[in-house]
Amino acid sequence: MDPTKAVLPPPGSTFAQSVDPLFNFLIIVAGIFLVIVISGVIIFSVRYRKRHGVAQLSAAPTHNTALEVTWILIPLVLVMIVFLWGFKGYLAMSVVPKDAMEVKVTAQKWFWSFDYPDGATSVNELVVPVGVPVKLLMSSKDVIHSFFVPSFRLKRDVLPNRYTIAWFKSTQVGEYNLFCAEYCGTKHSEMTGKVRVVTEREYNDWLASSAAAGEGIAPAEYGAKLFVSKACHTCHSVDGTPGNGPSLLNVYGHEVKLSDGSSVLADENYFRESILNPRAKVVIGYQPIMPTYQGLLKDKDIDALIAYLKTHSDMEKEPGE
Amino acid sequence: MEMTIPQHNYLREPKGLKSWLLTTDHKRVAILYLISVTISFLVGGIFAMLIRLELIGPGADFMTADTYNKLFTLHGAVMIFLFLIPATPAVLGNFVLPLMIGARDVAFPRLNLASWYIYFFGSIFAVVSIYLGGVDTGWTFYTPYSTQSTTSVIPMTLGIFILGFSSIFTGLNFIVTVHKLRAPGMTWFQMPLMVWALYATAVIQVLATPVLAITLLLLILERLFNIGIFDPLMGGDPILFQHFFWFYSHPAVYIMILPGMGIISELISVFSHRKIFGYKFIAFSSLAIAFLGFLVWGHHMFVSGQSEFASMIFSLLTFLVAIPSGVKIFNWLATMYKGSITFETPMLYAFSFLVLFALGGLTGIFLGALATDVQLHDTYFVVAHFHYVMVGGAVMALMGGLHYWWPKMFGRMYNMFWSSVAAVIIFIGFNFTFFPQFLLGMKGMPRRYFLYQPQFQSLHDVSSMGAFFMGIGFVIAAIVLISSLFKGRIAGANPWGAATLEWTNATSPPSTHNFETTPEITHGPYDFDKVTNRST
Repeated sequence: MDPTKAVLPPPGSTFAQSVDPLFNFLIIVAGIFLVIVISGVIIFSVRYRKRHGVAQLSAAPTHNTALEVTWILIPLVLVMIVFLWGFKGYLAMSVVPKDAMEVKVTAQKWFWSFDYPDGATSVNELVVPVGVPVKLLMSSKDVIHSFFVPSFRLKRDVLPNRYTIAWFKSTQVGEYNLFCAEYCGTKHSEMTGKVRVVTEREYNDWLASSAAAGEGIAPAEYGAKLFVSKACHTCHSVDGTPGNGPSLLNVYGHEVKLSDGSSVLADENYFRESILNPRAKVVIGYQPIMPTYQGLLKDKDIDALIAYLKTHSDMEKEPGE
Repeated sequence: MEMTIPQHNYLREPKGLKSWLLTTDHKRVAILYLISVTISFLVGGIFAMLIRLELIGPGADFMTADTYNKLFTLHGAVMIFLFLIPATPAVLGNFVLPLMIGARDVAFPRLNLASWYIYFFGSIFAVVSIYLGGVDTGWTFYTPYSTQSTTSVIPMTLGIFILGFSSIFTGLNFIVTVHKLRAPGMTWFQMPLMVWALYATAVIQVLATPVLAITLLLLILERLFNIGIFDPLMGGDPILFQHFFWFYSHPAVYIMILPGMGIISELISVFSHRKIFGYKFIAFSSLAIAFLGFLVWGHHMFVSGQSEFASMIFSLLTFLVAIPSGVKIFNWLATMYKGSITFETPMLYAFSFLVLFALGGLTGIFLGALATDVQLHDTYFVVAHFHYVMVGGAVMALMGGLHYWWPKMFGRMYNMFWSSVAAVIIFIGFNFTFFPQFLLGMKGMPRRYFLYQPQFQSLHDVSSMGAFFMGIGFVIAAIVLISSLFKGRIAGANPWGAATLEWTNATSPPSTHNFETTPEITHGPYDFDKVTNRST
């Protein structure tokens, strides 16, 4: 019997091989006990329902120590088996293999970013070669988040004051859901991403293309891609709809009112500062919640984003004058 | 013989609003609490319905993410701190505890009234918090989110801080009452199991609640004066908050469920017309749960970053606390064996309890096991498990207890048919609401999600439909109970033929002083063959 296949997401890591059989065991044992309780209620209700006008008082015993000991010991043995089984699986999750490839995971409201060993970075998409143990060195820049990949049977909180460590070894090429599992505010349910498990070759190709990202296409076009891949669009629209941050339609070249009452002309330097040091100049009516992109974006990326935002302004030609 | 409502009863005299608001009668305090927690339940229930409404579709359908986040926070905070924690002890416990042990009142009647006023005062802060825009932290107030949130965290936590004292006062009162005011001749092992359960609950209330109070106070100080306790930006440790919070909030789960277990012990025995099976095992299992409940808080933190060693110990202890709950279930079933079972509404709620609490307990095993908890933590599986225990357990028991003692409280019987219909609707609606959430959780749907992937929609839709159906059941139950006050037939002193003192030695409703003379203990609480005053 294998009820877990119907209820758990398809397995994607080695943990599933030890966790899923325990799930199976638990579903079956819990099912048996539930059937005992339900049938006890139904059978006794039918068999011992009041039959005559007046309730008959039973002379059946009201105490039986042997019976009590039995229904203490049998469940006790069963839960001790479950305890040891669960502990064994948890230990495996806690001991990182020495040869694991290390990826730095940074969580912040409301996206994930990943730094790979050779300097590549990605946002909301973790790309790993199949079958290679991956160590996740995780920290948060604001509140507590939690790194949850259901198919990997993997979850670990990500904290602002220290590193937490998780690891996994994928078993199958594919795309897997990544969720933030610890409530973190407005866009908690949108702090999702993918873990893309690829072949060794595809991984190397991806690394190469990521190093050369933006080459051969127009800056504004590359900026459009970054705007999505670096999760800018989770808070900023480009169609005038206000989000958690101001919409970026018709901002470039216009005066922007700030929360301290002053105003500033939105030129290239304003954009650059707002990306790298977002809390320096906060637009009126918005909270200073944007995280810094220092280290996440190269100069070339920032140039491309600014070029992209210029295409969303009627002042695209010349600022100021 | 035509039965009448006794002339002298606590409802009729003394008269006047002032006599109610300044009452020190434990029965009147219970009625004040009944009205208050019913309003809280209604408010919390409306929040729940709005949550289920939004979750019918995967997108943003009726509200913004911020509104949704506030709704689940308020639903949790109201249901737990304003409804579940006080409900059974302060309503049914207050009403029946002195009656069951043959006392005139609780040990400290004025402290009892003070407890209600403190509850009222604390709930004003909760209302102020809602008026100021609500809170969006989740009822768990995890730091550093709660230190940084711009919503009205301080009024809400201050309200809960104050509410804690009302809970402590009730617990303190019950402990002293049980020790000092038992009728002459009533030994500990002649106390009804409801009293054992309330006693165990009271111990938790007194010992655990101060820790929550301290924790919330520290959170408030951190927000007001930037003292770094929990927020790492100020040098604090957010995990410390989780340890403090669950040190109270796990035992608090037993504050909510233990009195319910007490009710079920009464109901199963009375409606099986059979002496309870394994009295001492049930009584001691209440104490065992109260004790072990203090040692398992870390099972809420298996993926939080606490040490693996701590997780192992907490997992082991968690499995031990499962045993006494199992003992109770088996003893209740054994009580039904060879009984003479009748199916009045309270017993239907007891059946609901047995099935739903069993499933709630069994799914707790999934969460206590380390490897499977990693998958299930912070998913809908936890939400479902929690509601099976808290609604399927605590609320079903409360409903059963309310229907059981209703004729004692008000002297009138409700319509048995329609109240049974309500019980069945609630049972069915409940399962449709929460069973799909087990599946959602196993499939990986995280909790507290405003938007969700389309793959989860069908299960969410079943859950929402179930919730509305269950809501109808509660409305019917309320209508049936309230209308019985006006046209219910006279119940008489002992409509169920029960053997505890509130039925054998007091009128329905009881007189202001409970008993004409101090009851003499001539039989045990489940010696139904000694009952001579059965009124139907």
